[in-house]
Amino acid sequence: MTSGSVALFAATFLASAVEMVEALTIVLAAGVTRGWRAALFGVAAALAALVALIVLLGPALMRIPIEILQLVVGALLLIFGLQWLRKAILRASGFKALHDEDAIYARTVAAARAAEHEVRAGLDWYGFTLCFKGVLLEGLEVVFIVVTFGAAQNQIGLAAAGALTALLVVLIVGVAIHRPLSRVPENLLKFCVGLLLTTFGTFWGAEGVGVAWPGGDIALLGLLALYTTAALVFVWALRRRRAALLTATIGGIK
Amino acid sequence: MIYLRRFAHFWYDFVVGDDWTIAAAVVVALVMTGVLTRAQLAGWWLLPTVVITFLGISLFQATRT
Repeated sequence: MTSGSVALFAATFLASAVEMVEALTIVLAAGVTRGWRAALFGVAAALAALVALIVLLGPALMRIPIEILQLVVGALLLIFGLQWLRKAILRASGFKALHDEDAIYARTVAAARAAEHEVRAGLDWYGFTLCFKGVLLEGLEVVFIVVTFGAAQNQIGLAAAGALTALLVVLIVGVAIHRPLSRVPENLLKFCVGLLLTTFGTFWGAEGVGVAWPGGDIALLGLLALYTTAALVFVWALRRRRAALLTATIGGIK
Repeated sequence: MIYLRRFAHFWYDFVVGDDWTIAAAVVVALVMTGVLTRAQLAGWWLLPTVVITFLGISLFQATRT
C-alpha cells in the first residue's frame, strides 16, 4: 500500500467517522422518540441515495482527462479542506463553540417529541424525514471526499472502503452504548481531515497547472508539515488573542 | 427558479462556506501558478504561500471581536 493510499483511506475514514457520529445523534433521537422502524427506513433510504451518487459520479469523473481532473478536484478539495481547517482552528482557539453531541441530542429529542404525528406509507413521517435528511446531509460531505479524492488517485473503491469502515465502526459502537458518541474528539478529527484535504488539494491543484513538485510525492510530507505547523501557530496566536480580548472586555466592564 | 437558486446556494455554501475570499484567492493563485509554470519559472511555492496567508487573514478577520 503506497503512502497515497494510506492517506486516502485515512482521510475518508476520519471524515466519515466525524459525519456518522453527527448523523448517529440524529438517528438515536428519532429512534427513541418516534420509533425505530421509521428511523431505520430513513437511514436506509439516505444510504441508498449516497451509494447511488458514488456509483454514478465516480465512473463519470474517471472519464475526464487526468490533468483537468487533477486541477478541478485539487481546487475543490483545497477550498473544501480549508473550510474544515478554518472552522477547526476557530473551535480549537475557543472562538467557535465545540460540537456538543449531548446538547444536540437533547434538542433533537425535544423537537421530535413536540412534532405532530403523521403517518405516510406506514411510517412515522417526521421520524423518517428527520433521519433521511440528517444522514443524507452529513453523508454528502463524505461522498464529496470519497468521489473527488478517490477519482484523483484512481482508487474510488479504496476511498469508499474507508468511508464504509468508519460507518460500521460508528454503527457498532452506537448500538453497543445506545447513546450519542459525545466523547469522540470531533474537532481533532476535523482538524486532521482539513489538513489532509488541504495538503492533497494543494499538491494536485498545482500539478494540474503543470507544476513539478521538488522531490515528487515527498513534497506531500513537506506540505503536510508546513500546513500543520501553520495551523498550530494560528491556534496558539488566536488563543492569546481571545485571552487578550476577554481581559479587555472584563476591564471595560469594571 | 427558486429551487434552482436554493440548489446553487446549497452547493456554494457546501464547498465555499463562510469565507469566499479564500476560495477566490485559491483560484487566482492556481491561475498565477499556471502562468509561472508556462513561463518556465518555478511556481510550486505560490499556492502554499497564498493558502497560509489568506487562511491567516480570514481567521484574524473572523476573530476581531
